[in-house]
Amino acid sequence: MNLFLTFLKTFAVGGLICVIAQLLINYTKITSARILVSFLLAGVFLQAIGVYQYVVDFAGSGATVPIIGFGYLLAKGAMEGAKEGLFGAITGGITSAGIGITSAIIFGYVFALIFKSKSKKN
Amino acid sequence: MKTKNQYINNNYLNYVKSVAPKTNEVRSLLRAFWVGGFICCLGQFFRIIIENNFELPPDMTAGYVSMIMIFLGSFLTGLGVYDRIGKYAGGGSIVPITGFANSVVSPAIEFKTEGYIYGVASKMFTIAGPIIVYGVASSVLVGLIYYIYYLVV
Repeated sequence: MNLFLTFLKTFAVGGLICVIAQLLINYTKITSARILVSFLLAGVFLQAIGVYQYVVDFAGSGATVPIIGFGYLLAKGAMEGAKEGLFGAITGGITSAGIGITSAIIFGYVFALIFKSKSKKN
Repeated sequence: MKTKNQYINNNYLNYVKSVAPKTNEVRSLLRAFWVGGFICCLGQFFRIIIENNFELPPDMTAGYVSMIMIFLGSFLTGLGVYDRIGKYAGGGSIVPITGFANSVVSPAIEFKTEGYIYGVASKMFTIAGPIIVYGVASSVLVGLIYYIYYLVV
């Protein structure tokens, strides 16, 4: 039952974040790149003012899997690094987001080598 | 002259409006909701598996989860499946981290014919580039603000 509740929270919060994006797509002419960047900046901002941690504690992956969670991770790393000094403040963000960026580059490159373009056939 | 242009412009815009496919708004919201929620639940599923089988600090667990999600997003993009999910779900497929992976892999595959430097490696960052630039810049800003805050307080 507890497990069910966890997934329900994840589903609801993750779904709601995506609905906000869909609302932006429906009612404005905003491109997906802009949605990604503004959601990312929203995540950085919400974590910087100390709000997003509560959402993450509540919804788990529902809050961290959307791109807002990537911004949250960047801001969190920077804030933790800032406790250790100037060097930490500058490198903290990209250190904590390093796994995401690295895996996107590695998997992106490898799959680009393996697969061929399919978009023309669809 | 200007008014005539505006008239033509308006006419054209009305024409575009009448021809462009009307997306059923409620349906598109529902689709974004369940697909986005489902992708997040998939992440939660991997997170619980990692938590139960490996004793890792929470940050590392979250890191491995995003790595798995990025792997899945890239793989499905390579197979051509993710673009179909995107057509169905819209925002539900863009916002999760799998959408970020899609935005990296999709142009990389598309522009493979232009070579491995100006094609694959350069086009990979068409959308991911801005995300990394603004992400890193804003995180440095937050870091500096907190650094000064800790110095003062």
